[in-house]
Amino acid sequence: MDLSLNDLLSILSATIRLSTPLIFAAMAGIFSERSGVVDISLEGKLLAGAFAAASVAAVTGSAWLGLGAAILTGMALSLVHGFASITHKGDQVVSGVAINIIVSGLTVVLGIAWFHRAGQTPTLPSSARFMSIKLPGADAISQVPFLGEIYTKLISGHNLLVYLAFVCVGLTYWILFKTRFGLRLRAVGENPKAVDTAGISVDFLRYRAILIGGILTGIGGTYISIAQNASFTRDMSAGQGYIALAAMIFGKWKPTPAMLSCFLFGFLEALSMRLQGVVVPFLGEVPVQLIQAGPYILTVVLLAGFVGRAIAPKADGVPYIKER
Amino acid sequence: MSRTSKSLPVWADILLIPLINLAMALGVSALIIYLIGENPIEALKLMIEGAFGSSEGIGYTLYYATNFIFTGLAVAVAFHAMLFNIGGEGQAYIGGLGVAVALLALDHYLPFWLLFPIAIMSAMLFGAAWAAIPAYLQAYRGSHIVITTIMFNFIAANLMVYLLVNVFIMPGSMTPQSRTFLESAWMPTMQAMFATFGIKISESPLNFSFIISLITSLLVWIYIWHTRWGYEMRSVGFSEPAASYAGINTKKVIMITMLISGALAGLAGVNEIMGVQHKLMLDFVAGYGFTGIAVALMGRNHPVGIIMASILFGALFQGGAELSFDMPAISKEMVFVIQGLIILFSGALAYMSKPWVERLFSIFYRKIEAKEA
Amino acid sequence: MSDVAIELKGISKSFGSVQANKNVDLKIYKGTIHGVVGENGAGKSTLMSILYGFYEADSGEIYVDGKETAIHNSTDAIRAGIGMVHQHFMLVENFTVLENIILGAESGMMLSHSIAKAKSEVKKLEQNYGLYIDLNARIDTIPVGQQQRVETIKALYRGAKVLILDEPTGVLTPQEAEQLFDILRALKKQGTTIVIITHKLREIMNLTDNVSVMRNGEIVANLKTSQTSKEELAELMVGRSIRMEIDKSPAKPGEILLEVKKLGLTDAHGVRRLDNLNFNVRAGEIVGVAGVSGNGQGELLEVLAGMRTCTEGEVKISSVAITPSLATNPKKIREAGIAHVPEDRLKRGLIPQFSASESSILGYHNSPAYNGMILTKTGAIRRHCVDIMERFDVRPQNPDIKSANFSGGNQQKLILAREMDRSPKVLLVGQPTRGVDIGAIEFIHKQIVAMRDEGSAVLLVSGELDELLSLSNRIIVMFDGKIVGEVDAKDADEKSLGLMMTNSHEGASV
Repeated sequence: MDLSLNDLLSILSATIRLSTPLIFAAMAGIFSERSGVVDISLEGKLLAGAFAAASVAAVTGSAWLGLGAAILTGMALSLVHGFASITHKGDQVVSGVAINIIVSGLTVVLGIAWFHRAGQTPTLPSSARFMSIKLPGADAISQVPFLGEIYTKLISGHNLLVYLAFVCVGLTYWILFKTRFGLRLRAVGENPKAVDTAGISVDFLRYRAILIGGILTGIGGTYISIAQNASFTRDMSAGQGYIALAAMIFGKWKPTPAMLSCFLFGFLEALSMRLQGVVVPFLGEVPVQLIQAGPYILTVVLLAGFVGRAIAPKADGVPYIKER
Repeated sequence: MSRTSKSLPVWADILLIPLINLAMALGVSALIIYLIGENPIEALKLMIEGAFGSSEGIGYTLYYATNFIFTGLAVAVAFHAMLFNIGGEGQAYIGGLGVAVALLALDHYLPFWLLFPIAIMSAMLFGAAWAAIPAYLQAYRGSHIVITTIMFNFIAANLMVYLLVNVFIMPGSMTPQSRTFLESAWMPTMQAMFATFGIKISESPLNFSFIISLITSLLVWIYIWHTRWGYEMRSVGFSEPAASYAGINTKKVIMITMLISGALAGLAGVNEIMGVQHKLMLDFVAGYGFTGIAVALMGRNHPVGIIMASILFGALFQGGAELSFDMPAISKEMVFVIQGLIILFSGALAYMSKPWVERLFSIFYRKIEAKEA
Repeated sequence: MSDVAIELKGISKSFGSVQANKNVDLKIYKGTIHGVVGENGAGKSTLMSILYGFYEADSGEIYVDGKETAIHNSTDAIRAGIGMVHQHFMLVENFTVLENIILGAESGMMLSHSIAKAKSEVKKLEQNYGLYIDLNARIDTIPVGQQQRVETIKALYRGAKVLILDEPTGVLTPQEAEQLFDILRALKKQGTTIVIITHKLREIMNLTDNVSVMRNGEIVANLKTSQTSKEELAELMVGRSIRMEIDKSPAKPGEILLEVKKLGLTDAHGVRRLDNLNFNVRAGEIVGVAGVSGNGQGELLEVLAGMRTCTEGEVKISSVAITPSLATNPKKIREAGIAHVPEDRLKRGLIPQFSASESSILGYHNSPAYNGMILTKTGAIRRHCVDIMERFDVRPQNPDIKSANFSGGNQQKLILAREMDRSPKVLLVGQPTRGVDIGAIEFIHKQIVAMRDEGSAVLLVSGELDELLSLSNRIIVMFDGKIVGEVDAKDADEKSLGLMMTNSHEGASV
């Protein structure tokens, strides 16, 4: 197989597109788990966001209203998760699993009830979607060899939400490490008792953290249904929430490494699409499924602690109960 | 002994509170159905009729229940050692692979009475093997079993696609599925078994696996409460310090428990592959592993509770399918919504109602005491 | 203005059925160092946690600076100028010192302001009180003494006028403790009021102006330090309860059944928990282990019971050496003839969710007496449980009741019965009567003596001195992981033991 610069650029460009929802969800996961709340429901929130965005965009014709609806939906689900696992100290994993299952059913049920199209929402016109935008000067320098091509084909030409994902990574980093809220949030995920004795409400902090997670997954869901695609189809998040969870762990609960993990996992996905049925010299036909399973296998290997060590926030998954 | 105002009678704890939780889940479900514009009571009637109104309906209900009993037991056994096995989905999938491998290799050579135990053993072995790595990583490396079993679900899904597309697919076929087993390798259907006694029942996927699931429930019950291994498992689950005081090898217990859990989930493959599909195919597990979580939570990790919860969920699946025929506005995915709500209310919010119930009881007691005085 | 910094009036607090504080009145004067002494479980920490707002009192009032002040949570306490250095530090381990200091006391939304402010403030604290610290070090990389200093700085940074320290020297070396005292004296000189909770009388005499003694949740004395003595405090702390006379024949010690040589234990954090222990216990005698809780008695029991591996030394059970492969296997240790009544009965001794009959075989559950090939012999287990319940008067005599639903005394009797049932060569007993009602205490004591008379070697760890005095033949006293004395029970009394336990007797080494 010959790999031209063009091929490479198209794989990398696909990588960016495929990584975007992962990045939103992984940042959501970081906020949640850094505050000590395990969030398996990233998957469900992405899916719910995708459905809400597509539905509202279809009805109103506005991508922005779709985005708003998705964000509200993500926050609402976060509140459900918080009500169960923060207020009532319930099992965070059980709560997350419940949300995922509810969403995977409810999106289809509501989809059929509202749009009568076997769970699909109406196909959106491009006016009701986030379409790719050309960055300034893209046309002008497209003829410049190499750098011009990189700029036009790789950096320019994505939709707004892709760029927003990058902004979110920076913002996440800034909030976590440069603000008072971030300091407290990181502390509550490590030692909630220290936060409590410092006179700060553990529960309120955790609620705020998971609400931010709801916003981010809402944007991620929006991306899936009305930017990457033109309608909602059932179970369209297809495990991306779990891959994001894996990316978060793989990135050791840190924004930048988590983003890089999202790229790695997005790249594996892009590669597996590209390599479908292609015979690679010496290796023969690479099983696509092996590449697709890559994120999960890599995460297990990392968790096993044989290469590096993924250390979760200490209080992650533990409801805070004042003990005697 | 004087009653303190806080304590609840046992029946309230093991019966009333779960029922309240179930009622809340069904209440929210009814609200959703109402919002869609249908009549919840009507829907409930249709569902019950669809699930229990005919021998065919009952057959389907129990066929679904068979899967849930296996995956529910898998989750419950792990819960007894405080392990959360979310990997039932993958373990059942690989368990089905075990059945298919055994039957595809041997159905031309062996009679049913030999294939039967081999297929079951193979399902359990494959399911256990799929649980073994997460178990090892939890026991000896401290990797969180929730995350690793989730990852293994996805790895299983990819592995199965690979195997079906590249290994098991019939030459020249476009559908990724294996050849059909010889009929001598099929699990007897319930109607065939009833027919030998001269009783006629309608056709359904219900097969002998249901009986196996009941026997398995009994064995699991014995294991948990009537063997020293079950004793050790529960000790580890309740109190690791006490278990180590008692000289129990916690790591070994985690390994054994997860292997059993995986083997139980693998048995769901027997029902699906040997009992119904008669060939290996994609996605035959269809979420049964997750339903197992709901079943275990509702059944309070007790085999009897699990059988009852499984039949309830079987009825939900069957009744839901029927319902979607009669009320097209409600699709059969409504079942997942109800399932998720049950997990939420009887799992994560299991004790939300407890303070209210306790308050009710203490008011009740005070009234009695006032009367007595 | 009042010269009283803090006044507590009628403070009571219970946790479930345990009354931790009973109607406590306490006055703490401005600019003094006030000691609160008492044994573990006397209610000192609970009282201070109430003052710091971590718990809310069931009844009573708190006056700060003469004004009644409601303290519902730590924020209220901090606002009232109260700071606390907890026994278990409230620090975020993977944060830097600086981050820990500003957490919850940030100035503004952005951290950069807080950081700049904290740096200059801490510099002042360094100069004024000698509180030197590396602000950029991560907490989990600095020694415990430094971590404690961070806690102190945290409290002062929040403007604490009253500083509470809970057992501050428990984790410190003598040199570090001395440094801390210098800092506290400097703080006092500048007007800070200090409350120090401790059970070490030497520190009280050394440091404080006033001292209050707590026992069983109550304050039993308020004294001027200059007008009291270690002896008086020790007596007040322990309490002069009536020595329970136990009807027992003189012991007839036989061969050595338990022999401990040069036993040492260094824990994962490098702290010496046990240091060069040498002793033996003979058949037919009870050896008591006295000591203020936390001085290595618990670790000693755990090592002997095979739950922890010692780092050096050896243990012999009736002259059979416990080899390293056996050393951390409670199952094998049991087979070698050691039975163990653990200190913490709810955490280790039984499983609260198990029925009494299930708990009655914990640790012996693999015995052929209770197992067939595959099935457990439920009937045999129940009969065994009923049998020991009868012999040890466990009530209610119902093997199907959950272990958690028995009273403390009955739980303890069940455990004791289980461990004594096989006539062990060596019986390890930890805190046999803690939280046990009076009636059961007498019964338990009789059973321990009966065990002795049957020829077992009994090692008894207890915080109750009268228990040790009335049951034991010999008493060894532990302090800081070492044996600091051994006395014949006949020649000892509570006062002399109390002084040895606080390592303030004559010839004390530390």
